[in-house]
Amino acid sequence: MTDARADVVAAVGEAHRRAWARVVAATVRITRDFELAEECVQEAYAAALESWGRTGLPDNPGAWLTTAARRRAVDAIRRDAVLRSKLPLLAGMEDAAVWDPASDWDSALGPGPGPGSGSEPAVGADARETMRRRVEALGDAVPDERLRLIFTCCHPALAQEGQVALTLRLVCGVATADIARLLLVSEPTVAARITRAKKKIATARIPYRIPAPADLPERLRAALAVIYLIFTAGHTAPSGSALVRGKLADQALGLARMLRDLMPGEPEVRGLYALVLVTDARRVTRLDAEGRLVQLKDQDRSRWDRAALTEAHEIIVDCLRSAPPGRYVLQAAIASLYAAAPAYDRTDWPQIVTLYDLLLEIWPSPVVALNRAVALSMTAGPQAALAEVERLEHDAQLSAYRYLHAVKADILHQLDRQAEAADAYRRALAAAGNQAEQAFLAAQLRRVDDRSTSR
Amino acid sequence: MAQYAVLIYAQDSAHASDATPEDIEECDRHANELSDDGSMVAAYALTPRAMATSIRRDAVTDGPFVEAKEIVAGFYVIEAPDLDVALKIARRNPVVRDGGGLEVRPIHSSYVRESGQAAA
Repeated sequence: MTDARADVVAAVGEAHRRAWARVVAATVRITRDFELAEECVQEAYAAALESWGRTGLPDNPGAWLTTAARRRAVDAIRRDAVLRSKLPLLAGMEDAAVWDPASDWDSALGPGPGPGSGSEPAVGADARETMRRRVEALGDAVPDERLRLIFTCCHPALAQEGQVALTLRLVCGVATADIARLLLVSEPTVAARITRAKKKIATARIPYRIPAPADLPERLRAALAVIYLIFTAGHTAPSGSALVRGKLADQALGLARMLRDLMPGEPEVRGLYALVLVTDARRVTRLDAEGRLVQLKDQDRSRWDRAALTEAHEIIVDCLRSAPPGRYVLQAAIASLYAAAPAYDRTDWPQIVTLYDLLLEIWPSPVVALNRAVALSMTAGPQAALAEVERLEHDAQLSAYRYLHAVKADILHQLDRQAEAADAYRRALAAAGNQAEQAFLAAQLRRVDDRSTSR
Repeated sequence: MAQYAVLIYAQDSAHASDATPEDIEECDRHANELSDDGSMVAAYALTPRAMATSIRRDAVTDGPFVEAKEIVAGFYVIEAPDLDVALKIARRNPVVRDGGGLEVRPIHSSYVRESGQAAA
């Protein structure tokens, strides 16, 4: 590859990371159809690879791509004018203060091609030029549509697996095959999830709109849950060989940051961004050189991403000061406290237990209660923590949770009840998600097995 | 505008054959609201679960088709520009506060015989 060619590829890649969602969101405005918008945006990126090599890089790649994608959309709509008028289009565009190609086309160009005409419509060069100029004029003046895109992809009327796939595809621009690899499911499965979601959006008329203030809390919860789900699947892989799927975690961080930029006044949006920042700041230390899992207490704190931790800390302090904290702000505050300690045994455990208590009040999740039990073992001792874990064992939701047995095993090990600890490790091992976790638990099991048999 | 069917799920229907006006007062009030504001196109209140008869293959049995705590107690058709508006209209149904629920489904097509054309 020549240097010039490499520059173009790098520039298109950069534009993909930075502008994809914006280009898609602006193109949906023209197509009122996700399928067509996606095609047009893909073609625009392919055209950029070719065109930028010839004419040089544009000053504003995002605007160039938006214009190119919208032009394709206009051409496609014109070609299929009759066909498309019969398809359900995205609802909620009635308030659009932008040009509507469906109505404008007639005035600009006269009647479109009749059904079955089979040939390119006879459009005068002048009229075509008028169109082009109008699309171009929209270029930078287009308001940021990414929020509409995010809220539509994360609409609660869609199945969550559909929300996740659609968000990764349309907002992040991840190819279907790559989504399949990231989520460890087959490509046809991902394709089917995306198709099903798109079909429901069109048929049930899920609007392409930012929710009304009254609906915002519920809708925001759904969007935040999708981002958090993508992050947790990346941070701790639920299956497969690797503990971390970095690219998935990167996508979640990008999404969390995008939403923070778009809704800077929403504390929970900032809270989720901070939570992802703090948790991800430890990524490189969670595995050793051989790829083995390293527990929080044994991680090399000097290698944590200090810039990310500081950024998160400032957000958290600000959020805690301004309003009663929500779920993500509290989770971020807890993660940040863990990270702030100079060493594991100097963690502010009482403060962490207090924060878990607050979190349980607004989000009574048995998983939170289990994490609280770990902190409790540091303040009230392992005996108190064990009582709490045994109480949680009766919770049907939690009995299948893969970390319950590992936590119980650790506590039994601290209490020097090694045979019972070994039992619990065995059950944890049977439920472990990825191979790194399995290897870790197997090593723990060998340790307590040795102790319980050596006396 | 699109049309949506709203299926009402409840423990049972209040519309027994001998139901008093008080029994169905709340349902009527809500139906009137929806017809007054123009969002309701059609509505059907069904009789209680004991009146249901189900057909499976060639077997006919007493009771609702799906064995569940709730049954479809009735359904109505509303008109709305999009799903969010449809959900907002549906949510106003008092059954939501009475332990029941609603299912909202876009309508594909419909047919209602005009009343004048009834067969002799």
